[in-house]
Amino acid sequence: MKDREQIARALAASGYIADGELATAIALMQRLRRPLLLEGEAGVGKTEVAKALASVHKTELIRLQCYEGLDQSSALYEWNYQRQLLAIQAHHGSEADAIEDQIFSEKYLLERPLLAAIRRATSPVLLIDEIDRADDEFEAFLLELLSDFQVSIPELGTIVATTIPHVVLTSNGTRELSDALRRRCLYHYVDYPDVDREARIIMVRTSGASASLSLQIAQMVESIRKEELRKVPGVAETLDWAAALVGLDVRDLHDDPDAVHETLMCLLKTREDKARLTREVSERLLGKVA
Amino acid sequence: MSCCGASPDFPEIDEVSRLVSTKLAAFLRTLRDNGFAVGLAEGQDAASLMASGYAAKPSLLRSALKHLFSARKSDWEKFDGLFDAFWLGKRVRSRSLTIGAAKAANSPSMKSLQDTSAERGNSQSAIDQVPSAGDAPEGQTGEGRMEGASRADNLAEVDFRKLADPEQVAQAHDAAARLAKAMRTRLTRRDLARRRGYRLDLRRTIHRNISHGGVPIALVKRQRKDKPLRLVVLLDASGSMSLYTSVFLRFIHGVLDEFRQAEAFLFHTRLAYISDAMKEKDAARALDRLSLLAQGAGGGTKIGESLKTFNRWHAARVIHSRTCVMIVSDGYETGDAALLGREMAALARRCRRIVWLNPMMAWDGYAPVAAGIKAALPHVDLYAPANTLQSLTALEPYLAKL
Repeated sequence: MKDREQIARALAASGYIADGELATAIALMQRLRRPLLLEGEAGVGKTEVAKALASVHKTELIRLQCYEGLDQSSALYEWNYQRQLLAIQAHHGSEADAIEDQIFSEKYLLERPLLAAIRRATSPVLLIDEIDRADDEFEAFLLELLSDFQVSIPELGTIVATTIPHVVLTSNGTRELSDALRRRCLYHYVDYPDVDREARIIMVRTSGASASLSLQIAQMVESIRKEELRKVPGVAETLDWAAALVGLDVRDLHDDPDAVHETLMCLLKTREDKARLTREVSERLLGKVA
Repeated sequence: MSCCGASPDFPEIDEVSRLVSTKLAAFLRTLRDNGFAVGLAEGQDAASLMASGYAAKPSLLRSALKHLFSARKSDWEKFDGLFDAFWLGKRVRSRSLTIGAAKAANSPSMKSLQDTSAERGNSQSAIDQVPSAGDAPEGQTGEGRMEGASRADNLAEVDFRKLADPEQVAQAHDAAARLAKAMRTRLTRRDLARRRGYRLDLRRTIHRNISHGGVPIALVKRQRKDKPLRLVVLLDASGSMSLYTSVFLRFIHGVLDEFRQAEAFLFHTRLAYISDAMKEKDAARALDRLSLLAQGAGGGTKIGESLKTFNRWHAARVIHSRTCVMIVSDGYETGDAALLGREMAALARRCRRIVWLNPMMAWDGYAPVAAGIKAALPHVDLYAPANTLQSLTALEPYLAKL
């Protein structure tokens, strides 16, 4: 497909090193007008996909971070109560209807991410991050919005989307999502990148990392991921580590095993993991790196 | 479609598209048999994709349909295999103009697909598949399910020791999952009913009182959301418990699946954190991962030592004010009973409730005389037998009150 190849090229140009199937997913998003649901471990770059998508479409990224207790007033819209009160005081004495018309107008409406996303002139990318953290009720509400793309505001009437945003949802699996939402979406599982891809990511993102060092780092991280750890390091941690090594002026992991072992704290985030990856283990893993 | 001739007549195109869509419908049915949640809308989208050139290359079509039809990680992982078996295993080139959906279902390769689906029958599809797996034909799933339900009733009376048959074990798991689900809904509903405001919500108060010109007459209070109940299960996997361990592991698997917040630990001579391993959707794979973690299981029991580890390293993280700790053990302590008593006291200070389930309790003539259980009992809020599914169900009202 032509659009798919274009997207793959645009992704590469935007500096996002995608796996082969992501371009298909994005092409399908456009064609079928379905949201894309991304799942994967923490730190594999789910949010980055949305950013890359925004740069592919050369459009704005609107982000809604979900959390427990997220409600309509912080996700969709809210009236600017303070200004409304001021306006009432200022127009004291004029017709009640006139005041009402005035204070329930666009000027007093606070746009929140979901409303903003359907009122842009060009389709933005709407990133609904960590949907699994929001409550069930919010998920149901979101489902309605995603199928109709219209919002009704009692005082103002129904607002129909001027453009349909490109919607990306991410989930970490804190809570099982409803089947209805899953069915509505295209699904893409973001896995840890393989050695080759991770090395390329390190090269693109870390200035000063040579090709050989990037490959070594990627191989080392790959073998660390295979150890039984509580928190498996993600791509973000890998990049931290690469930056640390470059900062310490390490050219080759074998030159400086001490620096390697000491900087492992960039990857290991719990006490147990730190205890498990002893000096011996890190040297054994380093031995396997080419 | 690419397989059509150079310039076919319109009726022929209709014919071909009809056959392709029949074939697609058969594929959708295969997916549904394998636990995929695909509906009509997905089928239509798939057809439009095939019409717009995605069917040109198998790998492209596979990738496109994978995104469209998968809804969770387990789907994502098994899709490629299903696709290859259905579309490529039969040699796509002779993609045949005569095979309709009904016939396809009876053809050997479809059969083999269905067989594998039955083998793979995972937790999602187990509910339907297990009871009707015998000889009931497809059309009678309703009856099959009823039969399954009555069988589950019988099962509820059987002591876990007698559960050796894999099918029955699967049903035990299913029942455990149902139980966990029932607990959860009770709890959340109770949460809603108990909400009470304790702090003023200034923003909403202003909004509410715009009609009074901003004079705050009607106050709006803010309500704190109740924390959902968290269940922490500590399972004894020592030799004396070996008859019950696997059933309780399945129960834990159900609990982790269904509860919004649950953690599980396994102990024998030391303590292992198993929630992550058990969060595998597939029960069998979870057990595989677990067997690696649980090396040394089936030996002696050091309950006190294990609790000490728990209190020291895990309790702060996994226990909050609405936590119920469920210890499943026979209480045969091979370590220091006094230590067990001390650690139980420390645990009791931390959490809301401690439930101790003892499978031995239902045995005739059992009395809690072992030193371990004697030391622990003063700190336990509920001491109950747990050798049948029914005895687990009896816990439900107690947990709902928490």
